[in-house]
Amino acid sequence: MARTMWDSSVGKKTVMAVSGLIMLLYLVAHMIGNLKIFFGAGEFNDYAHWLRTVGEPFMHYEWTLWLIRVVLVVAVVAHAVSAYQLSRRDIKARPSKYVHKKPRASYATRTMRWGGIILGLFIVWHILDLTTGTVHPGGFETGKPYQNILDTFSTWYGNVIYIVAMLALGLHIRHGFWSAAQTLGVGSRTRDRALKTVANVLALLLTAGFIAVPVGVMTGVVN
Amino acid sequence: MKLTLRVWRQQNADADGAMSTYEVDGISPDMSFLEMLDTLNEELILKGEDPVAFDHDCREGICGACSLVINGDAHGPERTTTCQLHMRSFKDGDTIDIEPWRAAAFPVIKDLVVDRSAFDRIIQAGGYITAPTGSAPEAHATPVPKPDADFAFEHAECIGCGACVAACPNGSAMLFTSAKVNHLNVLPQGAPERESRVLDMVAQMDEEGFGGCTLTGECATACPKGIPLMSITGMNKEWLRATRKAAKR
Ligand code: HEM
Ligand code: SF4
Ligand code: FES
Repeated sequence: MARTMWDSSVGKKTVMAVSGLIMLLYLVAHMIGNLKIFFGAGEFNDYAHWLRTVGEPFMHYEWTLWLIRVVLVVAVVAHAVSAYQLSRRDIKARPSKYVHKKPRASYATRTMRWGGIILGLFIVWHILDLTTGTVHPGGFETGKPYQNILDTFSTWYGNVIYIVAMLALGLHIRHGFWSAAQTLGVGSRTRDRALKTVANVLALLLTAGFIAVPVGVMTGVVN
Repeated sequence: MKLTLRVWRQQNADADGAMSTYEVDGISPDMSFLEMLDTLNEELILKGEDPVAFDHDCREGICGACSLVINGDAHGPERTTTCQLHMRSFKDGDTIDIEPWRAAAFPVIKDLVVDRSAFDRIIQAGGYITAPTGSAPEAHATPVPKPDADFAFEHAECIGCGACVAACPNGSAMLFTSAKVNHLNVLPQGAPERESRVLDMVAQMDEEGFGGCTLTGECATACPKGIPLMSITGMNKEWLRATRKAAKR
């Protein structure tokens, strides 16, 4: 079954839909957690510490966190590799362009591809910035995410990268969530409006929720 | 009406093609688009030039042979086939761009004619039922619920023209393939091959070099028969069901 899935364009698209939905689920939780920054350094840093103790005493310190990280890495890699392979196939299937151009035809496809590339680069930068501290501006301190976030959003480029990526995320989810429903065969004529509404609401809430943090730092609400 | 036509001319499959410009005069708004091209060809023949090659057969919107991309739209500005498009959809003095279907799986044979036998091979992979049919059976012998019959009929309307592939930025044949899968998979007559049909037709579609679906919806907008985009959702569902069933065996 795994072979059939990976070898078929319909199957590979299923891999994209499932991995996309896994990431989406994670992002909803991530966004809600981030909003704790508005309640001060104490509450936010405690929350970050709690993330490492989830599942204790059954799990050891950081085991749950590492489990989530592994699932996410698998999802990101599966998603990106399928996106690359499917896009290659799509471009090869239409080698000559029409002389009479109609820009609107590939709007969704283009936003997904460019948006996906922006998100991929963002994920790398984001980890190097706030998880490992490799490209972090100022002194990165493990266990002090509140202070680290303040540093990041005190630079102009930190804000620009973050906000651009979150706008790309909104557009990606807007088409992606609805697409995933079609790929998984759960869309239907009667459900279409509801699915589109959920896609729009999710996109809007995630984008607004994530962007609230740099805006909070920039306006001095978070300091 | 007086029109300027920019038409894709290509000697044969291996030659390079280019747009050539022609002027046509005395076009009546009541002419069909193909009659307008006939007028151009008559003039070209009188001048001793090579007439423009284009596909057509029934000229009444049912065979799926006609296939032109007109001003960037497959089958032109109206939701119908090129043969059923009339010149009243254009204005005197218009410039009209006419190109062939564009897709790797539909190579140009000459001018505006493309080879669509990839569609035939997708049908051969599973777009049929294996029961021996003989003469038409008694209509009430196999009862079909009305909603299923309507669903099957909606999808049976596909004429295999390929406008969906031509309109898709990925050159995808998902709408065509899904029309046939949905048409036969919902009917009792199509039930014995329900799983193999969708698996084999999708595999053949990939094999022919068509692109995948990114759900832009251009196919359903171009389709002269109104095959809905949701048809692809239905095929995905059938494909996943068949893959699960095959794995259990
Ligand atoms: C590594 C970064 C990413 C890349 C390169 C990427 C790329 C893409 C591309 C190109 C598509 C369209 C593929 C096609 O239709 O053929 C797509 C679809 C999708 N993406 Fe992403 N994306 C990325 C990150 C994300 C994230 C973070 C999410 C989480 C919300 C996500 C969720 C989705 C969903 C749900 C779909 C729809 C799948 C479907 O059409 O069935 N993607 N992605
Ligand atoms: S689905 Fe529509 S556009 Fe595609 S081949 Fe059938 S009739 Fe033509
Ligand atoms: S010529 Fe038969 S459908 Fe147009």
